[in-house]
Amino acid sequence: MTLQLGLFITGQTSNSLRAMENLRRIFQQELNIPCEIDIIDVLEHPEIAEEEKIVATPTLVKRHPGPVRKIIGDLSDTRKVLLGLGILQNSSAVQFGKEEGAENERD
Amino acid sequence: MSGTRAVELEKLRTGIAGFDQISNGGLPLNRSTLVAGTAGSGKTVLALQFLVMGVRACGEHGVCVTFEEAPADLMRNVASFGWDFEEMNRNGQIAIVDATPEQGEELLEAGNYDLSALMARIENAIRKVNAKRVVFDSVGALFPQFSDANVVRRELHRIASGLRLLGVTTIITMERLDEDGGLARFGVEEFVADNVLVLRNRLEQEKRRRTIEILKFRGATHQKGEYPFTVDHAEGVAIIPLSSIELKQRSTDMRVSSGVPELDQMCGGGFYRDSIILVSGATGTGKTLMVTHYLKAAIERGERALLIAAEESREQLTRNASNWNVDFDSAEKDGLLRIIARYPETMGLEDHQLYIQREINQFQPSRLAVDSLSAFERAGSPKSYREFVIALTSHIKKVGITGLFTNTTSMLMGGESITETHISTITDMIVLLRYVELYGMMRRGLAILKMRGTQHDKDIREYVIDGHGMHLVATFRDVHGILTGAPTYMFARERDHLAEMFARPQSEL
Repeated sequence: MTLQLGLFITGQTSNSLRAMENLRRIFQQELNIPCEIDIIDVLEHPEIAEEEKIVATPTLVKRHPGPVRKIIGDLSDTRKVLLGLGILQNSSAVQFGKEEGAENERD
Repeated sequence: MSGTRAVELEKLRTGIAGFDQISNGGLPLNRSTLVAGTAGSGKTVLALQFLVMGVRACGEHGVCVTFEEAPADLMRNVASFGWDFEEMNRNGQIAIVDATPEQGEELLEAGNYDLSALMARIENAIRKVNAKRVVFDSVGALFPQFSDANVVRRELHRIASGLRLLGVTTIITMERLDEDGGLARFGVEEFVADNVLVLRNRLEQEKRRRTIEILKFRGATHQKGEYPFTVDHAEGVAIIPLSSIELKQRSTDMRVSSGVPELDQMCGGGFYRDSIILVSGATGTGKTLMVTHYLKAAIERGERALLIAAEESREQLTRNASNWNVDFDSAEKDGLLRIIARYPETMGLEDHQLYIQREINQFQPSRLAVDSLSAFERAGSPKSYREFVIALTSHIKKVGITGLFTNTTSMLMGGESITETHISTITDMIVLLRYVELYGMMRRGLAILKMRGTQHDKDIREYVIDGHGMHLVATFRDVHGILTGAPTYMFARERDHLAEMFARPQSEL
């Protein structure tokens, strides 16, 4: 199974740079599955952002496999990124009491 | 702004009925204006009308950024106003940016973010259609999507400043929780505080009353206070600009006949053509008959007349008129008369006002009669009624036609009503019709209470109604207190008294 991801950024802002750097780090350290990443600069391609209804940047979109899921922010929270990509299971997040409720809702 | 004082900011004409008047010319150009209101107060309609009128009236294109309703729903909801967003979208006149949250989709936040993507999309849409107008509807829906309201506020502020540089004029709608609480939710007013409009939808005496208020325009003037408006299915929001109606009335020396020759004589040759006449009297004094005479006089001259009837149906009016030998039916067929019979309760006063105005504009009558104006008191609160009367008379003045209103007084003898109080200062002429009890008989008396710009007969004249209509006869002599409803008699001699009693009624017959 190949993960298909889209990363929406805005030019070379610090958030954009950090998001790209964090994504690279997560894939090097945490993931060993095949993955395609499409990096889209919304300033150059606003029509793609329109199509995928992107409001915030950076936004990481898990396009495949479904369901489509969006993770916003500079991806500095590795655990949330893994959760969003469906790689980390909810059970391993029990210790983070604050997010527990929110994550249970997603099931 | 550029160093010189007393220079007003330029405004963008919106094309929304009444708004450009109460705003002294439109919305501040290239600025953002917050439109705050409770649910159902008409924010979205006003905002989208801003875009539609841009395309239709001003040749300006627009962008709609929707946060709450999906574009398809939005288009469907306003299709009933005859606004075809789909077509305008196809024609490249309106672009839509869909910023609604995806159904069932959750946003995970993993670090710092901003809303640059939204800004980029809006900018792209503006460029695509060369927009001059932008609408955000409604930004409140953006907040729950993100955990940090501060970020959203900051970003909206950034977007609003960005739009200013792009040379577009923006309306941002925002929901209020209640009519009297904070201006807008999520502290939105803090980032677009320059210009604020408040829409209200209050329940007053079991009647809905919509008003719009310009709370502030930074660096620009506007009319102050609340103005009633209605959401109408032909034009959307229509604001009734009360105080901004200028008292710039044309006046003319031309006279028109009242239809009653003796009354024309009493007022020195007839009514002034551009005057407003109030005929006030108790039920059965002959007000509708006077209206009939007045309409007949126009028809006979080949002029168009419009009758707004609030108490009787078209059939009743036509039948009664035919009893006075006035043929309303054929006059209507000839296009000289138009009768609108509608119970006041069927809609709000703002709607009545709009409909009457529209009828006047379409039919272009030279005379208007409202029978009776006082019946409209039932359709709204006293305040709405007062505004209705003012707006109606102002419109008649503006188009320069003759207006005759009737007013039903509650007491049979004398008396005063709200209509008299509200409208007496606006009218140019007041005709009182009163019952007079004299020696055990009910008789009728007519008096001209005031008539602007000319001398008039100050007598109280007796009138009779026969098969040909209304006829004025002699003056009541030696009686005073008729208008107050308690006549007292002064007789110089008993012989005069007897002459009054017996001689006159015979001469009338």
